[in-house]
Parts: sequence; structure tokens; C-alpha cells
Amino acid sequence: MLLRLTVLGLFYAPLLAVAGPDHVTTLAASCAACHGTNGNSVGGTPVLAGLDASHFRKQMQDFKSGVRPSTVMQRHAKGLTDAEIDGLALFFSQQPRRPASLPTHPR
Amino acid sequence: MKLNRRDFMRFSASAAALTLLPLSGCARALRTQASPRVVVIGGGYAGATAAKYLRMWSAGRIEVVVIEPKPSFISCPLSNLVLGGSKTLADLTFGYDGLQQHGIQLVQDTVTAIDPLARKLQLTRGELPYDKLVIAPGVDFIYDSLPVLDNAEAQQQVPHAWKAGPQTVLLQQQLAAMPDGGVFVMSVPKAPYRCPPGPYERVCQVASYFSQHKPKAKIIVLDANPEITSKKALFAKVWAELYAGMIDYRPNSQLTEVDVAAREVKTEFETVSADVLNIIPPQRAGKVAQLVGAANVDKRWCEVDFLSYASKVVPDTYIIGDSVSAALPKSAHMATSQARVCASAILATLAGQEPDPQPVFANTCYSFVNARMAMHVAHVYRYDLDKKIMLPAEGGGVSVQPSEQEGQYAYAWAQNIWSDVLT
Ligand code: HEC
Repeated sequence: MLLRLTVLGLFYAPLLAVAGPDHVTTLAASCAACHGTNGNSVGGTPVLAGLDASHFRKQMQDFKSGVRPSTVMQRHAKGLTDAEIDGLALFFSQQPRRPASLPTHPR
Repeated sequence: MKLNRRDFMRFSASAAALTLLPLSGCARALRTQASPRVVVIGGGYAGATAAKYLRMWSAGRIEVVVIEPKPSFISCPLSNLVLGGSKTLADLTFGYDGLQQHGIQLVQDTVTAIDPLARKLQLTRGELPYDKLVIAPGVDFIYDSLPVLDNAEAQQQVPHAWKAGPQTVLLQQQLAAMPDGGVFVMSVPKAPYRCPPGPYERVCQVASYFSQHKPKAKIIVLDANPEITSKKALFAKVWAELYAGMIDYRPNSQLTEVDVAAREVKTEFETVSADVLNIIPPQRAGKVAQLVGAANVDKRWCEVDFLSYASKVVPDTYIIGDSVSAALPKSAHMATSQARVCASAILATLAGQEPDPQPVFANTCYSFVNARMAMHVAHVYRYDLDKKIMLPAEGGGVSVQPSEQEGQYAYAWAQNIWSDVLT
């Protein structure tokens, strides 16, 4: 294994010149199952893209504390650290609102 | 790990390849001229998500190829509603054109061989080199203990309906053709299997259909597990309240024999006859995982590094979704959450960085108890730095009770995950 790494090291410049997504971006993506890609929901759940960061933070903290009753969001808010909630608030506030679409049924 | 003869051949091949590395290094240096290529085997929830996020997060700087034998995507989530009568299979079937719009290449073909050291794989139509390989093959059924079911004719008589598609429609047709007063028998395999609450949701959906169309029909659940494996109290309550007298649940009931023609099964304790018989077989990592030698845990599941989903045994190979060996529910949301962490880690690696040292992600499974009401189990999972696995964080749990409001959110979940994965 060591041999292999050294050999590769000789030949490897990084294959990719852009950075990978950070912790919060990857975490935010796991919200997409309910809120759509980058927070652009197709409907039925709130759009998170472009939400004001302080509104977002307050909703998450209220889900966490139970001040805002919810069906499922308390489960997702309680497992996150305050730093993660702040990071998510910033991330979603910076996402442009885009119309989201459903995939098409094949003809 | 015990090595068998095939393993050994693979390992000696690997030793040989080490000495040849300068050569493959040259080949690799050539490949860097173009953009790096990631090949994803499997176009289900996990594979499609990995492909999309690799393209999206790299702004198209990575070449992504998805290999999937099926022409379209069929959702397993919600497929129990086809049995209940509130959805059709067509509602759950989608094209892959949305992925193609991301510049993802879709190859409708089957992988016949993989050479992880040379980083190339064999398709029926030719050879395909790659820089990184992601395999998302879902589950494969194990018929060792019930070999009579290991053929297509038997599965026409006794469907599994555990991969959404023609099998789902077949089971629905058998239920529709069953006389009122008939008996539906469903067998649940020992965990782990795909979709922990799925069998019990199926019982609800069949019961919902029976109560509208065949009120004298009965359901017998032969569960190999000692108890309902997910949302136990909720399902027990729903069965007692919504479907009183219809469902007979028998724990610790592993099948020992099946008579396909007679639709009769035996357990250690009893013989049970059915009018419609649905056997969900025990499961293991999908065939491609077996093919590449990544299923190193009990020859069943794939051991991965939870920071990247890299195989612990096969180089440059990542495994996501149901095939992963983990104390994590094998759900669609989980498959997509793993896929995004994997995509993120692959991009970091290709950029010469370390992946996120402590990934966190969400998982939710909704179960429909009839056409309109649903209930959830949801957790956040966080990488544990000591144990090096994903552990549930504080605050996870299940619904207090099923509700129509959660039924609407469950549909919203389905539509948003379809949109996220396929467009
Ligand atoms: C299982 C589906 C699901 C997942 C996963 C999910 N959400 Fe939600 N979210 C909802 C629902 C449903 C609501 C409405 C409140 C409720 O009933 O829980 C909501 C509401 C919200 C709101 C309130 C919006 C407003 O303006 O009032 C925010 C903020 C939010 N979610 C953020 C997130 C973040 C961040 C994640 C990922 C860490 C996430 N959600 C994951 C389903 C989900």
C-alpha cells in the first residue's frame, strides 16, 4: 500500500482543480430529500432557497426547543449543532430561487 | 477475513499489478489530460444521486457515466401503494433524461467484469476505463435456504415484489384475483433487509385494499424476526385499530420449506396455506458488489470507510446504498445521503484534499397506513470519531401517530426526492 501511494504520488497532480464541497454544503444536501435540490422544493414543503438567514436560524432553534411545533423538523433540528444551524442558515440564504421540476414519465 | 481460492487469485493479481504500476501510472497521467472519469454502476436512488451531485458540485468538470440495465427508474418507495390501489406503477416510473441534461452519460448495459487494479470494467458492448468507480447495486436475493424459489417461473407463482417493477404489478393482480375470504401470507426475512418498515407498510396497504374490496379476507405475517423491526408500536396500533381482526402476526417464523404449486409454506412450528403468497427473500449486496469482491462482510455486505464510502478491500471503488454493511436503515433517503457524502469525498480526493472529517446527514422513512395517512421514523446521523461509524444523533424518533398531514408530507418527500435525484 505504501509503495502504491508513493508511486502514485510521483505521478499525481490533483486530477481536479476545484475544491470539494464543505461540511455544511454536504449536510444541506441531505435536506434535499424533502426540500428539493439546494432548497428549491417542488411543493408540499417550504422552499429554503433564499430564506433570510435570521428567520432560518430562528425556525431551526424553535424546532429544536419545541417552541415551534412540527411533524418531523424537530427530529432534524435537534441532531444539529448551533454552528451547523448557522452554517445552514448562511448556505440556504445564498441559494438562488429556481423553479424545481418533477422528472417526466417515460412515453 | 478468510480468503478463498478466488480471493487469493485476486490478491496475487494485485501483487503483480504493483510491479506494473509505472505503466498504469503512465496511463493515468494520460487520463489527466481529459477530465477525471467516475463510473457509477446502478441508476437507483444512490447511483443517480451520486452522479448528479458529482456533476453539480464539480460544475461539470468531471465526466460521469452511469451504467444501468433498465431503461427507466422505478421507485421502490410508494410501491406498496400500488397494492393498496392508490398508485399505479406508471406513477412511480420516471425517465433518466433529467440526468442526461446534467451531462451525465447513461449507458444501458450490464457489467460483466471489473478489473479494479487496471481501473477498467467490461460491459457487454466493450471496455470502459475509469478513475473512480462507484457501485450502487441495491440488493440481491439469497435463495440458499429456499432454492425452489430461485427461478423466474416460481417467482411468477410466488412473487417477492421487493424490487418495484413487474413483480409489484404481479402481486397486485394476484390480490385482485383472490376470492373474498382468501388468505394472503407474507414472509419477512431476518434483518438486515431493504426498507425495514416496508413489509409492515405492505401489510397496511393490503389490509386497506381488503377492507374496501374483500372484507372477509385475512392476512398472515410470518416474520423471521422476533418482533416488528421498525415503528413497532405504531404498526401494532394501526393493525389493531384500523384493521381489527384482519391481521395475524406471527414472530420468529422463519420459512423452512415452500411448496410453490400448492402455495404452502412450513416454518419450524407449522404449515400455512395461502391463496396469495408473498415471500420477501433474505438479501445481500447487489451482484456487482459480489463481482468486484467488495462484499467482504459474511460474503453479504460491503465494508466501507464512512468518510467516503470507499471499499475497505477494493481500491478506487466506493459503495453506496443498500449494499453497505452498517447499522443504518437501508432506505432511499439513506442511500441518497450516503451518495452525497461519497460524491463530496470523491471530489475532495480528486482535488488532492482530505474529505470532511465528520459527515452528518439526515434520514427519514415514511410509511403509509392507508391511501392518505402516513407516519415517520427520522434521525440525524453523525460520524463518531472514536467508533468510526455513523451513529444516530439526539432527537431522532417516530411519529406520535399516523396522520393525514404526514401523508401529505410523505408525498411531498417523494416528489422532492424524485426531483432531487432525477432532474
Ligand atoms: C423528512 C422531510 C424533511 C427533511 C429531511 C427536512 N425537512 Fe425541513 N421541513 C419539513 C417539513 C414537513 C416542514 C414543515 C414543519 C413540520 O411539520 O415539520 C419543514 C420545515 C422547515 C423549515 C421552516 C421553514 C419556514 O420558513 O418556516 C426549515 C428552516 C427547514 N425545514 C429546514 C430544514 C433543514 C436545514 C433540513 C436538513 C438539515 C431539513 N429541513 C430537512 C420536512 C423536512
